[in-house]
Amino acid sequence: MSSTVAADLTPPPSGTVGRKPRGGNPLVRYIVVRFLLIFPTIFILVSIVFVVMRVIGDPITAAMGGRLTPDQLAQRIHAAGYDRPIIVQYVEYIGQVFTGNFGTSITDGRPIITIIGTYGGATLELAIYALIVALVVGIPLGMVAAYFRDRWPDAILRILAILWYATPVFFVGLLLKLVFSVWLDILPVAGRASTRTELDLDALPHPTGIYLIDAFQLGDPNAIGDVLAHAVLPGLALGFLTAGIFLRLTRTNVIGTLSMDYVDAARSRGVSEYRLVRKHAFKPALIPVITVIGLQIALLLGGAVLTETTFEWKGLGFELAQYLGSRDFVAVQGIVALLAVIVAVTNFIVDIIAALIDPRVRY
Amino acid sequence: MTEPVVVRRGSVWSRLPVLRQLRQSVGLQRGMLIVGLVISVAFVLTAIFAPILAPYGYAQLQDAQGNFGAQDPPGGKHLLGTTVGGYDVLSRVIWGAQTALLAIIIAVVLSVFLGILLGVISGYLGGWLDRVLVVIADAVYAFPTLLLAIVSAIIISGGQSNLWGGILASGVSITVVFIPQYFRVIRAEAVRIKSEAYVESAKVVGTSVLRIMLRHVLRNATRSLPLIITLNASEAIFTLAALGFLGFGIEPNSAAEWGYDLNKSISDVTSGIWWTSIFPGLAIVLVVLGVTLVGESLNDLADPRLRTRRRATGAPVTTADVSVVPGGTLDAVTITDGLEPRS
Repeated sequence: MSSTVAADLTPPPSGTVGRKPRGGNPLVRYIVVRFLLIFPTIFILVSIVFVVMRVIGDPITAAMGGRLTPDQLAQRIHAAGYDRPIIVQYVEYIGQVFTGNFGTSITDGRPIITIIGTYGGATLELAIYALIVALVVGIPLGMVAAYFRDRWPDAILRILAILWYATPVFFVGLLLKLVFSVWLDILPVAGRASTRTELDLDALPHPTGIYLIDAFQLGDPNAIGDVLAHAVLPGLALGFLTAGIFLRLTRTNVIGTLSMDYVDAARSRGVSEYRLVRKHAFKPALIPVITVIGLQIALLLGGAVLTETTFEWKGLGFELAQYLGSRDFVAVQGIVALLAVIVAVTNFIVDIIAALIDPRVRY
Repeated sequence: MTEPVVVRRGSVWSRLPVLRQLRQSVGLQRGMLIVGLVISVAFVLTAIFAPILAPYGYAQLQDAQGNFGAQDPPGGKHLLGTTVGGYDVLSRVIWGAQTALLAIIIAVVLSVFLGILLGVISGYLGGWLDRVLVVIADAVYAFPTLLLAIVSAIIISGGQSNLWGGILASGVSITVVFIPQYFRVIRAEAVRIKSEAYVESAKVVGTSVLRIMLRHVLRNATRSLPLIITLNASEAIFTLAALGFLGFGIEPNSAAEWGYDLNKSISDVTSGIWWTSIFPGLAIVLVVLGVTLVGESLNDLADPRLRTRRRATGAPVTTADVSVVPGGTLDAVTITDGLEPRS
């Protein structure tokens, strides 16, 4: 997706220069232009978040409105600088963001960067589990569906994919909990680890915040098992959300490549059907899938907020929901802005990978 | 609509968007389309007739015989049981359809209108405005939907959650997220159409820019809209429910909302009480399923590569049912007609 942006946006003044294949590798030029495009993107996102959050007035009134006297309130607002002209606050905010300062939460006074550092690992861990589930489930099934196009395996898989799509991630989570934690009683209901393991992990000298790595650091097999058991249901819930998308996408693209002449040619040379799908049709179909993985990061982050709430998985999403509940909009603004930056950077990385795989993407 | 071109296509019935595809479809695709249509129609009817269908009001806690019990299992007076707060689950599921339908309508109307407007202007006029709009659309497109929805919900309702506050919050946030999608599609089409001969000739004749945009560009740029609209509708439901689930939805005494009910059922699930979560959840799944099935089939039917063809003729016209003459000279015309699904 972002590759089309880049194409639309051949930098206006240097556009004529860009036409000439003068000097340098086109890939390098693509990477540089694409990299420079991150900044306006981040700038726009952060500006939108700022404007939107200030339309409703100052955050201190929103958080403390009922609890302080008007005098105290005015004092707090003045101390935080929210009574200055909005444009001054905006310039200051943008400056802070570009130096990595996303503000300090009102309710508990923690800097947003600290919150991200503490809880980011948990969200990252969950997102990685989910991505693994999605790829392992979605891509092979998509290939099967494409190969058996319009026959019963395809029909079943497509209906399954639509069902996955139609089920909100928090409902999947509740169902999984109900079946595996309550009725079958084989997996933990919520949290990232049992209390004992959590205490052990926090006592580590250099905890990464990613519990699986920490559990390995601890070297206790029980802790590793405990951490993994807690990760199964959230990972599945969030993974299924994207698995359906990968399935549909792989199916459509493999169908496209399976009808190409070179696949017919390979088939007539006696290449086995398995090899045909696995090698000839799949590889070219992979490019759009990779690009979409990048887009899924946005979806995964959104889904993570809901999954974390369902499973009390103490990551960024869970914290975000807590701050929303306490109307701490500075914290919300900080977390949302930082997530936007993460999405922009991920999209950049994915675009570069896509360009490395497929020369046509470069310009 | 009075041009002779239109007459050639046959009766009005065969040209109505969904009905036309229904005739065109076969096998599984037809099955999916029909199931999708049935579910969608049932959903709309439930929403409209909720006051008649629901046994109790959405905020009703007692009847003539006294208070409803809390967490009563399904059966007896309460077909689907009662919630922690003592609401009747069935009634809230039925009333919830109304809230969901309102959210969909607002989201779709707003984003179709604004997205198309911006897309046509940006694509047809081009220039710096186009560049700026494309960058903004892309930035917004990459933004996690839910976060944008949360932020919009904060502005619109300030965190307070009455019926219209909640619905508008989800509607507007969906609009913000979907404008870039309509914008991209329509803009791409507008850029393509701009260089067509008929636009050129319209310019030569001295047609005003506004008229070219409305009559020539817009009319020809809207062919892939049905699919985006169905996607848009399911996203609207998801967002409304997700906001409710995060505690940013509509309070139970203002309206029934499935996401809110699911949020209240998290703790029920842990103690094995299943009826408070399963039924509102299934309602969401069913509605999205219906809308998606319609959209999915329409998408397949619009793409010649994905459409299951009816053997040799494959024509969407009424004669296709009767005559299957492989290679018949008469059908040669219809075949090309059938391969070009966008009329």
